[in-house]
Amino acid sequence: MSTQTSGLAIETAGLVKTFGETRAVDGVDLAVPAGTVYGVLGPNGAGKTTTVKMLATLLRPDGGEAHVFGHDIVREADEVRGRVSLTGQYASVDEDLTGTENLVLLGRLLGHRKPAARDRAAQLLEAFGLTEAAGKQVKQYSGGMRRRIDIAASILNTPDLLFLDEPTTGLDPRSRNQVWDIVRAVVAQGTTVLLTTQYLDEADQLASRIAVIDRGKVIAEGTKGELKASVGAGSVHLRLREPDQRPLAADLLRRALDAQVQDDPDPVALTARLGAAASQDTAAEQAARALSELARAGITVDNFSLGQPSLDEVFLALTGHDTRVSDSDHSHDPKDEVAA
Amino acid sequence: MSTATTTESSELAPVSTDSLAELLIAKERPPRPSAWSASLTFGWRAVLKIKHVPEQLFDVTAFPIMMVLMYTYLFGGALAGSPKEYIQFLLPGILVMSVVMITMYTGVSVNTDIEKGVFDRFRSLPIWRPSTMVGYLLGDALRYTIASVVMLTVGMILGYRPDGGVVGVLVGIALLVLFSFAFSWIWTMFGLMLRTEKSVMGVSMMVIFPLTFLSNVFVDPRTMPGWLQAFVNNSPVTHLASAVRGLMAGDWPADEIAWTLGWAGLFMLVFGPITMRLYNRK
Repeated sequence: MSTQTSGLAIETAGLVKTFGETRAVDGVDLAVPAGTVYGVLGPNGAGKTTTVKMLATLLRPDGGEAHVFGHDIVREADEVRGRVSLTGQYASVDEDLTGTENLVLLGRLLGHRKPAARDRAAQLLEAFGLTEAAGKQVKQYSGGMRRRIDIAASILNTPDLLFLDEPTTGLDPRSRNQVWDIVRAVVAQGTTVLLTTQYLDEADQLASRIAVIDRGKVIAEGTKGELKASVGAGSVHLRLREPDQRPLAADLLRRALDAQVQDDPDPVALTARLGAAASQDTAAEQAARALSELARAGITVDNFSLGQPSLDEVFLALTGHDTRVSDSDHSHDPKDEVAA
Repeated sequence: MSTATTTESSELAPVSTDSLAELLIAKERPPRPSAWSASLTFGWRAVLKIKHVPEQLFDVTAFPIMMVLMYTYLFGGALAGSPKEYIQFLLPGILVMSVVMITMYTGVSVNTDIEKGVFDRFRSLPIWRPSTMVGYLLGDALRYTIASVVMLTVGMILGYRPDGGVVGVLVGIALLVLFSFAFSWIWTMFGLMLRTEKSVMGVSMMVIFPLTFLSNVFVDPRTMPGWLQAFVNNSPVTHLASAVRGLMAGDWPADEIAWTLGWAGLFMLVFGPITMRLYNRK
């Protein structure tokens, strides 16, 4: 284990996968340090799942190279399979079987003898709070329970690398938080986690490094701080009392902060994005000056906040489009990825 | 679904991250299972599925009973004077025909299974690659055995008496199940190759009907025109039916057994590798 923590869990160079005319993954370079949670962030159809499937040896790349713990994913696929686990967007367990049967089945396939497989299954079900549902068919499980049994199946043998492909898509906030807790517990024991997500707060919560993927390409990579810094020092959000005063306020802010100012959908709210020149330290100072100028101009501010840029803003700045819009304006159908 | 999810998960026991951490500390991995052990485990999965959805045994119980009754009384009088005499000739043949027909469901179940996420899990495991497919076929071998027993029982009730005794019958069924196992690789191939369940079903019908009907199951091929005899006499189903008929009648039809095993080997050697190629590419 100790040798891995210093090295890379995943290293890819120019990874390509095409489906017909579509280049689902179009030259992806990744370097994932071992022992961390690495976030791959992008909208639907960006190529996240396809990338994960290639790294988990389920799809053969059409170009480029990838190594998992130093093993080539094509030539040494079996070595790779011995060290990784995959949890997909869908439940990768047999829905006709019960929770226990699924775990015992996989335990047997991983080489455990029947008694050991049964013990491990019972312990995992217990830890995941599924003891009561152990004898029920998985098709009767709720979304949150499925995700749990799915992750339990992935850690029957503690993997060195765990792929979590959109682990919280479709979950309610409570179940989502529980999945996050599980991910933290897994990584605390030394497992590297590659997490794909469409949710910026999820990457923000869990990952130490993040790659932003759009249309099959990595468009930004770095620590959370680096990514945020690359789009400026943050934003000032304001709510005014009078909607009529908004244009005047926007004008003042633009001059005082040297910022891009945007009207929010709410007629009394507006956001000023501080320029890249402003550092974190001077941001507060600038914001205070702007406030006093607004007061001098007779504009009443009901609510004011200075925030670090959110990953939403990062995404907008990097791609020029919103995470939500990108679905429809993609040249290829996002469903391609799921079907593949 | 969303409402059910919320209510159920709020009643769910919490995840115990402490005991989870303890479970994760164990990093030793047992040695990989052998090819045979992995295949057997997948066979066990097939048995569990039968346990949870017993209705799927319909095609190996009701269908064979129907086949025996239908053909015995439909053709019995015309072809052999009476159903009772005809069944002596027909039963081993109709047994072969029904079981070979039932094999085609393998393709359908492979096809519906690969759509599900669990297939990705299996494919990402460090195990002998063909074991998933072999597992299906082992589970199916159990189904074929059930079908054989059901049909023999019905046949015995109708007056069928195998002169080969218990040994002849058992060896006959064993040969039939073995052939069906080998033959089924054609279906695993179609199951992986074709996109929908319906197309698998359609193509299977196209293969299975001529193959089983154009054989010596119902009548002696000498009554057929020359060109048809040429096909029928060389069909694997004819060889298998002759072998099983001979064995159950107390003979040792060495030639027919050899032909049957030869065909079985050929099916496996041709369609096994194609199946695995498709499986690895999926």
